[in-house]
Amino acid sequence: MTEALDPRALIDALVILVLTGFVGYEVVSKVPTMLHTPLMSGANAVHGVIVVGAMLVAATADDPLRIALALIGVVLGTVNVVGGFVVTDRMLEMFKRKPEGKP
Amino acid sequence: MSTLEMLTFGVYLVASVSFILALKFLASPKTARTGNQLGAAGMALVVVWTLVRTDGMLEHWWIVAAAGLVGTVAGVLGARRVPMTAMPQMVAIFNGAGGGAAAVVALSEFLLSAGHAASGDLLPAIPVIATLLGAVIGGVSLTGSVVAFGKLQGLIPGRPVTYPGSRLVAGLLLGSILALGVVLTLLTNSVPLFLLFVAIALVLGVALVMPIGGADMPVVISLLNSYTGIAVAATGFVLGNYALLIAGTLVGASGAILTQLMCTAMNRSIFNVLFGAFGTGGGVVVAGAAGEQTAREISADDAAVLMAYGKKVIIVPGYGMAVAQAQGPVRELMDLLIARGVEVEFAIHPVAGRMPGHMNVLLAEANVPYDRLKEMDEINDDFANADVALVIGANDVTNPGARTDTASPIYGMPILNVDQAHNVVVLKRSMAAGFAGIANPLYSDPKTAMLFGDAKKSVQALVSGVKNA
Repeated sequence: MTEALDPRALIDALVILVLTGFVGYEVVSKVPTMLHTPLMSGANAVHGVIVVGAMLVAATADDPLRIALALIGVVLGTVNVVGGFVVTDRMLEMFKRKPEGKP
Repeated sequence: MSTLEMLTFGVYLVASVSFILALKFLASPKTARTGNQLGAAGMALVVVWTLVRTDGMLEHWWIVAAAGLVGTVAGVLGARRVPMTAMPQMVAIFNGAGGGAAAVVALSEFLLSAGHAASGDLLPAIPVIATLLGAVIGGVSLTGSVVAFGKLQGLIPGRPVTYPGSRLVAGLLLGSILALGVVLTLLTNSVPLFLLFVAIALVLGVALVMPIGGADMPVVISLLNSYTGIAVAATGFVLGNYALLIAGTLVGASGAILTQLMCTAMNRSIFNVLFGAFGTGGGVVVAGAAGEQTAREISADDAAVLMAYGKKVIIVPGYGMAVAQAQGPVRELMDLLIARGVEVEFAIHPVAGRMPGHMNVLLAEANVPYDRLKEMDEINDDFANADVALVIGANDVTNPGARTDTASPIYGMPILNVDQAHNVVVLKRSMAAGFAGIANPLYSDPKTAMLFGDAKKSVQALVSGVKNA
C-alpha cells in the first residue's frame, strides 16, 4: 500500500474518482429500461477487473496464507470477469436481430 | 517514469475507455453486443499485460494459471448453462465473487503491509482506511449476494426474514465495524482484529439482505453491484492501480444510478426497499385489502376468439411467463394474430419480472422483434383502444389498487392501465397473490376473465384456439 502514500497519487486518485463517477452517471442515464438487465450484468463484468488486483497479490505471495488468499482471489475474480462477460454476451445475442425479424 | 511504466499506463487507459464504451454502447440494442465484446477485449488486454509485465509474476505464475483455469471453467459453465429465467441470481453470484475477491485482496494487502511494518509503527492512515473500506464493502457484497441468490433460487425463504431486534442487531454490527475501523486505523494494525473486522462484515451482509423481500432482490443486486464497484475502487487505490480505480468507480456510480432508477420505477425510496421488510414473497394474501374476490373464468377457446376477432391486442407479460418458459408459444400466438391482421403489442412494466428488462430478454430470446415491446409511458394511453389486454403471469404491475387504495402497500406505484382495455384476459396459475402479497381488484372487475393453469399450457391452448377461430 506504499503507492497510495504519495500526496500526488492521492490527488490523482481523487480526480479520477470524481470524474469517473460523473462519466458513469452520464453513460448509464442513457440506457433504455429494456437493456437494464444486460447493463447490470455488463457493469458486473467490468468490476471483474478485480482479478488484476488478485494477480498483483499473487505476484507477491510468499507465505502459505497469502498464497491461499491469492488462489481464492484469482478464482473469485476470474469467475466474476469470465462469467460476467459471457452471460452478458448471451443476453445481448438475443437483441442483435433486426427490429422486424422474419415472421 | 520508465518506458514500461508508461506503457502500463497506456494499457490501463485503453482498457478504461473500453469499459466506458461497453456501458455507453448499451444505449441501443444494435450496438450493445459489440460494446460488451469491446469491454471483454479491454479486460483481456489488462489481464495479459499484468501477467506478462508484473515483477515477481515469473515465480508465481502457477497461482494465476491454476486459479484462473478453475475460475474460467466455473464462470463459463455457470454463464452458459443458466436458464434465462435464472439470470438475476446468476448476476448476483458473479457479483458476490467480485466482492469476495476485493475483500481477499484487501486482506492480503493488509497482511503484507502489517508484516513489513516495524513493530510498534502504525501504517499510514489513508491507505489503511481504503483497505478497510475494500474489505468491509467487498465482504458485505459477497454474503449479501449469496443471500440474494438463495432467495431468488428458493433456497432461502423469499419473504422478509425478520425477528424482534433484528434492526438492533444490524445496527450493532455496523457500530462494531465502525469502532474496529477506528481502532485499526489509529491504535493498532493487529491482524487478528482485522480478521474479526472482515468476519463481522460477512455477517452484516447476511443481516442486511435477509429482511428484504424476494420481490425487491433486483434492487438489492443492483445496489450490491455498486458496492462491489466501490470495493474494487478502494483496493485499486491501495494497490496504486488505475485500472481498478477507474473501473471500480465507473461501476460504483452506474450501479448507484441504476438502483435509483429501479426504485423510482416502483415509486419507493431506497430506504423503504432496504428497511421496509416489504411483501410476503407470494402465496399469502394480505387480509382485508380487497375482501372476498369473485373472479369470472373463461375457456381458452373463448379467449382465443376474443383476440382473433379483435383489432388490437396488448400482451402484458410478467414473471409467470418466465417461470412457465411460455415466451416461445407467446411469440407463436403473436405471429398468428398478426397474420390475421390483429395489431399486437407488448406492454413492459419497468419492474415486470425479477429484473428491469427481464421480459425484454426473454421475449428477445423467443425472437419477438423489440420494436413491438413498448415501455409503460409509451403504451399506457393505448389500453383504452385495445380490444383485449392479455395478462400473462403479471400481477402487481397491473393492480389498479396502486392508483386508488391508499391502504395498499403498493399505493402510488405507476401501473399499466390494463383495466382500461375493453376486455381483460388474465392467465394465472391460481388466485394466489403476487410476489408483493397483495390482492388484485383487477381480477374481480366484470371486464376481466381468468384462464387458470400453467402459463405455457394456457398460451398453447390459445394458439390452437386462434388457429381454429
